Amino acid sequence: MSEEIRLMKGNEAIAHAAIRYGADGYFGYPITPQSEILETLEAEMPWEKTGMVVLQAESEVAAINMVYGGASTGKRVMTSSSSPGVSLKQEGVSYIAGAELPCLIVNVMRGGPGLGTIQPSQADYFQTVKGGGHGDYRLIALAPSSVQEMADFVALGFDLAFKYRNPAIILADGIIGQMMEKVVLPPFRPRRTEEEIIAQCPWAARGKTNGRKPNVITSLELDPAKMEENNIRFQAKYRKIEENEVRYEEFLCEDADYLLIAFGSSARICQKVVENARAEGIKVGLLRPITLWPFPTKAIAAYADRVKGMLSVELNAGQMVEDVRLAVNGKVKVEHFGRLGGIVFTPDEVLNALKEKLF
Amino acid sequence: MELNDIIKPENLVYGKPRLMNDNPMHYCPGCSHGVIHKLIAEVVDEMGLEDKTIGVSPVGCAVFAYNYLDIDWIEAAHGRAPAIASAVKRLNPDKMVFTYQGDGDLAAIGTAETIHAANRGENIVIVFVNNAIYGMTGGQMAPTTLEGMRTATCPYGRDVALNGYPLKIGNLLAQLEGTCLVTRQSVQTAAAVRKAKKALRKAFENAMAKKGTSVVEFVSTCSSGWKMTPEKANKWMEENMFPFYPLGDLKNVE
Repeated sequence: MSEEIRLMKGNEAIAHAAIRYGADGYFGYPITPQSEILETLEAEMPWEKTGMVVLQAESEVAAINMVYGGASTGKRVMTSSSSPGVSLKQEGVSYIAGAELPCLIVNVMRGGPGLGTIQPSQADYFQTVKGGGHGDYRLIALAPSSVQEMADFVALGFDLAFKYRNPAIILADGIIGQMMEKVVLPPFRPRRTEEEIIAQCPWAARGKTNGRKPNVITSLELDPAKMEENNIRFQAKYRKIEENEVRYEEFLCEDADYLLIAFGSSARICQKVVENARAEGIKVGLLRPITLWPFPTKAIAAYADRVKGMLSVELNAGQMVEDVRLAVNGKVKVEHFGRLGGIVFTPDEVLNALKEKLF
Repeated sequence: MELNDIIKPENLVYGKPRLMNDNPMHYCPGCSHGVIHKLIAEVVDEMGLEDKTIGVSPVGCAVFAYNYLDIDWIEAAHGRAPAIASAVKRLNPDKMVFTYQGDGDLAAIGTAETIHAANRGENIVIVFVNNAIYGMTGGQMAPTTLEGMRTATCPYGRDVALNGYPLKIGNLLAQLEGTCLVTRQSVQTAAAVRKAKKALRKAFENAMAKKGTSVVEFVSTCSSGWKMTPEKANKWMEENMFPFYPLGDLKNVE
């Protein structure tokens, strides 16, 4: 089937995109505001169309370990959840990173900490880009700001995950998950054959054929010298990802006196801020990180000498602002504006904050 | 006369399984793990499943099971092996998938994963080594530690008022619709080993025939953790473990 134009929620777009991409399996547990992903997959019955496995697990912990198992066999597998559920998954995420397995994780963020609220938030930025689980590891983090990007980043996330044998995460929020927009769904791609999986993933545990050595998927290495070697290998991979995979979008940055830095739903609101500010004669631009890790450090640093100030606009108490400050290294004033616990700012609030903090 | 002249194929009555390698085992003298590993290696080889078998090893003494059996392995986080095996089997329905878990892994931290995998009737084998103690971490109380039994974390003996009762997880699993075979075996005598191998083979056959979840519990010793000689540990197991964890099939659906 060819591509198709539909009106749907961001969560639904993730589910349809996964089926069309040729994903092999989804394992999840219901939690608001992302349950439509599992619901849509169950309703679509992809096991009859493409052979994709869908399973409602007994917990988030089980779901991420199912992903660990599936990825160990070279399959394209994914899970999704929202903030409290993603916290539960962190053990498994660390093991997946440590065993260098490719997979896709989706976090449709809600307000925290704790059980928090079911309203949208971006307070899991630190958890996503600074670790989350234990040990020195990184996730390739993609931040969609539209329903179209929810669909597109399923393919991008899987592609990057397999390219680098590293988990990728789509970091969305309740707004992007729940809002409906036009989306162009990609054409159906067939799932890979057994031969294609073995060719792409010669390391996978699929049964020891043709007298080869056993494939062992593990993150364990008790010899500290070897464990350090493993870590050095991971870090080399991360530097390569930082070099090759930074993605961001600029909106009227060229002549800007002030730069807004925002991702996801905040970036959508900030587009309006830029327009309103320019209508008042204030030259504001927007730089939207698409990859939160690797972070567009160089792109932001390039504006340090050209603008009078930067405002990191986030639905949290100030998380990404730390990376913006690291990028400009004191060369220009960087402030943060955010609303907390599920409250979403208006464009006027953002523009007022810009004037108060940077003028 | 050279050894190879004596051990000709026609003279061989007992040999190391082909799928077991020469890596020195880290298990303590008298430990049951080595024998159970051997049985798995034999069953996989005899059923011709080497190219289809994926083992899921636990956290616990058997964490390095993958160092001794030359098959593909996935090393699980503590207690999560049944969730991992569920996905591996569902995504690869023609493979032979088994977990290998101790009592802490299966019946404490991994209880939810164990019960739900079995309740879904995943077509996997769960090999459960029950020696009533945490071996790898140095002999702490397990969910299956017997009442009055001394460990590093119940040094005056398990007090059920304080620590609850030893968990007969096998009986619990036998209640579930998803299990087709739940059996309790041991490997302390040659006769027991032969019997255990038959049970293990049946379990592997069930998984390939997609009959549901098979659980093979091995009531085992831990001479180091129990602080006994291997011989005394076997005797203690027969006198104390077997009355509480009686051997035999708890469920066997034909």
